[in-house]
Amino acid sequence: MAETAGVAAQPSGAGPNHGLRILLLWLPAALAADLVIWFVWGPHLPPGDMSSSAASQQFDLRVLAVLAAPVFLAVLICAGYSMITWRVRGDDDGEDGPPIEGNAKVQVSWIAISSALILGLAAFGTYQLIAPAGAGAGEGPQPIWQPDGKPVVVQVIAQQWLFTYRYPQYGGVETTQLELPVGEPVQFNVTSLDVIHSFWAYQLGVKADANPQVNNVAYTTPEHAGTVTVRCAELCGLWHGAMYDYGKVVSVAAFQAWAHRTETSMAKITKTLPPYALIYTPNEIKGLANFYYQAGLPGAGGGYYGNQYYPDEP
Amino acid sequence: MAIETQPEKAEHSGGGGPGGPPAARPWWMRPAIHTAILGAVLGYFLGHWLGNFVASGYQQVVEGDENNFAIVFGYLAATAGFLAGLGVFNDLLRQMVGLPPRDHDDGGGSGLARYFRFTLDHKVVGIQYLVGMIIYFCTAGLFAMAIRTELLSPSYHLFNAGAYIEIVGEHGTMMMMLMSSLVLGPFGNYLVPIMIGSKRVAFPRMEALSFWLTPCAFLILLSGLLFGGFPFGWTGYAPLSIQATQGADSYAVAFGLMGISIILAGFNMVCTIICYRAPGMRWSRLPIFVWSMLTTALLMVLAAPVLVGGMYMMLTDRTVQTAFFVPDLGGSSYLYENLFWFFGHPEVYILALPGFGIVSEIIPVFTRKPLFGYKVSAAGMFGVAILSFFVWQHHLFDSGMDPDMRPLFMITTELISIPTGFIYLVALGTFWKARFRFSVPMLFALGMYFNFLIGGISGVMLSDVPADTTAHGSFFVMAHFHYTIMGGLVFAFMAGLYYWLPKMTGIRLNLRLGKIQFWTMFVFFNSTFLPMFAIGEAGQPRRVFEYAANLQTLNDWSSISSFLLGGSILLFVINFIWSTVFARVREEGNPWRSRGLEWQIPSPPPPDNFEHIPVVLSDPYRYGFKDAGPVADLYPPAGVISGALTGSGA
Repeated sequence: MAETAGVAAQPSGAGPNHGLRILLLWLPAALAADLVIWFVWGPHLPPGDMSSSAASQQFDLRVLAVLAAPVFLAVLICAGYSMITWRVRGDDDGEDGPPIEGNAKVQVSWIAISSALILGLAAFGTYQLIAPAGAGAGEGPQPIWQPDGKPVVVQVIAQQWLFTYRYPQYGGVETTQLELPVGEPVQFNVTSLDVIHSFWAYQLGVKADANPQVNNVAYTTPEHAGTVTVRCAELCGLWHGAMYDYGKVVSVAAFQAWAHRTETSMAKITKTLPPYALIYTPNEIKGLANFYYQAGLPGAGGGYYGNQYYPDEP
Repeated sequence: MAIETQPEKAEHSGGGGPGGPPAARPWWMRPAIHTAILGAVLGYFLGHWLGNFVASGYQQVVEGDENNFAIVFGYLAATAGFLAGLGVFNDLLRQMVGLPPRDHDDGGGSGLARYFRFTLDHKVVGIQYLVGMIIYFCTAGLFAMAIRTELLSPSYHLFNAGAYIEIVGEHGTMMMMLMSSLVLGPFGNYLVPIMIGSKRVAFPRMEALSFWLTPCAFLILLSGLLFGGFPFGWTGYAPLSIQATQGADSYAVAFGLMGISIILAGFNMVCTIICYRAPGMRWSRLPIFVWSMLTTALLMVLAAPVLVGGMYMMLTDRTVQTAFFVPDLGGSSYLYENLFWFFGHPEVYILALPGFGIVSEIIPVFTRKPLFGYKVSAAGMFGVAILSFFVWQHHLFDSGMDPDMRPLFMITTELISIPTGFIYLVALGTFWKARFRFSVPMLFALGMYFNFLIGGISGVMLSDVPADTTAHGSFFVMAHFHYTIMGGLVFAFMAGLYYWLPKMTGIRLNLRLGKIQFWTMFVFFNSTFLPMFAIGEAGQPRRVFEYAANLQTLNDWSSISSFLLGGSILLFVINFIWSTVFARVREEGNPWRSRGLEWQIPSPPPPDNFEHIPVVLSDPYRYGFKDAGPVADLYPPAGVISGALTGSGA
């Protein structure tokens, strides 16, 4: 947007045409930067293309970077050119510059161009949010943008300081292992048992805050098999930094085999769990601490739920 | 306008204050810092005892022998005791019982002692703020370097998890809450009355109180470390903050006190600028720095009450067992997030606008040109200030709250970059055909423009919901706001300090060291924070002490740069102390040949600022005009002031 400052502020008359010079410096630089960003850097931009939402975020970042680079370069080149051309050389002669207090043409074009750019970005961002079903971000309990088809539902239960995953379509089994089928839409129902956490499946481009007493829904469709890093992205206390695990995206057949196997092997523990629900009140989950104890898992945040929920005798 | 209410001689000439020490009183009766400390200690123990006495029946603390209620009571009573010891309430009480206030003809005492008293001279308060802010900034900076030390290794831990979280919380909270007055405190309080041609500020007691609350907030926040700190960063999200141990009380009390401090400071600033402008100081002649102080002060006054309310609710949740933020008991964790960010986002602009003001004030002087698009500049600041109340939900894009509102908050957030962009329009216009002098203040101002450009453009990326899904809560966000605040505000603060310190003290800082400081600070700042964009996009969340092993190179680069950046700040501290205490090179005239009204009077300014109320004749940016007259008439003929009042609006 800044190039107009150069072009329009150029008074006619003697001397070099500074506006044209700046334009000639800026144009190739901006073009080169954009080509590099789009073709060289673009395909490798985070968070990759492992899922539909990750790919759309990558595309978004690519577009934003391509728009940002010319703006950045325009301001930089314009300022740099001014500083080099009009610096006071040698001894300071105490001269003042020309008394330019404003320029309607420049100001109008600046405001018009920056407004157009911003409104365009907002429209683009809105489209990019709605088209890929919420772009992988948490959409709250009543998501308005949903993918086509019946999704695999995975409930993410966050607590201090681990994530567990429940599969309501497989008997409500709860595991510490996240597994997802490739090519099918996935619905994450994210909730928390204690404080606010955030479920961040990095390679899937999914981030949804886990709020106590709230079901926060996010959608994505994994498109490639592989490993997913899950981290907590909201400071949740002492061991926030250690609250991470790794999920897997596998073929549909492998996923179903794994899910059925887990459902069977965990059936006894699943029975002691509270029935699958969208939100849980920790103090009502009598069997929860017991479950963790039986599964050999670290307890949830020490004595936060009160010791009465732990078995008396280990 | 309000000029009638202003006496020709300031009511309290150059200060004084309830602390004016008549020699007749014994030392422990003379209100100053020592009586204040005595009051604080007595207050703490009294409040602590009272808290235990009142609440021991129902306030139980698991895993600790301290009672939250007693700690909060102790902090509040210590603050009251500190202020009482300073003599804040002396005049108020005397007047309440019908006695006249003590006379203040002594000018607040002279020498160093007056800086340790509750004084009514805005120039003394300005210096108090300046030194205080540098101390707070350096303390919080040391915490930052501790964080970077821990992050040298992805798996080896220098600190344990608890200590690390404490350090993160102290660094963030101290920087965000105390630095909100980084510019308005020292430069706003000191210079704004002079720049608008006034002998005093509107509410000197409020102003002085706003400063003396900052050391209270600072020490209370630090004292949280004695109780194990607080594990929730500077945002204090509930219910983690309700669940946290006693250190969290220090967070809530300190942040609340600081909220009160910035309300008072802002209120005084708004009233001073509106009511105490000299005749001829029309709105269209107001220095752009004063505009930035006005918008900042408005944000402080309007946003901080929400913070104080939020902290109050957090405290009652923690002590008297209300449940505003406890979901299990019918509260809402969203309520806290909303309250916090309703304050927190304007706060971000409280930390940005003063920087815009300083750099816009400085570039005309060093380019010898009028400020390009003066009205666009002022309008831009107002635009930023107003819009900043409509964007707070962008901190909560992934929270699941009101998901269909996200396009709205996306567009308001992106709209704010239009008025923010005006500072670049103004800068580039001012640079056009200018005559550049690269003195130290100008270098820092140019550095601010560069850094803030990166911060601003990365901000547009964060405002885009899909791109934000990955960036939210990651190091990308951290890099972004360090670019706008450290790269923007702190660079602008340095520019202002090198520019105005000769005005404020009559002493200039060593400019050779200043140049070294600028280049090291600029290079190492960028070298510290630029990699953080990549670290964040590569998947490292904020406030973690363990990260993916493949990010170690970038993290180490960032850490080592941050130590060098710390070295650059150390160089500044050395320069500051050496120049003001030992070398003391006098700089009494107008070293930058500025046309600003503040430079037309001697340095340091006399106790009353102006002998007579000046009559302002033009805006301060008339560089290059062949027929430009003086900026103000410092010795207006008698009768001119009353004439100005009836003439075109002053």
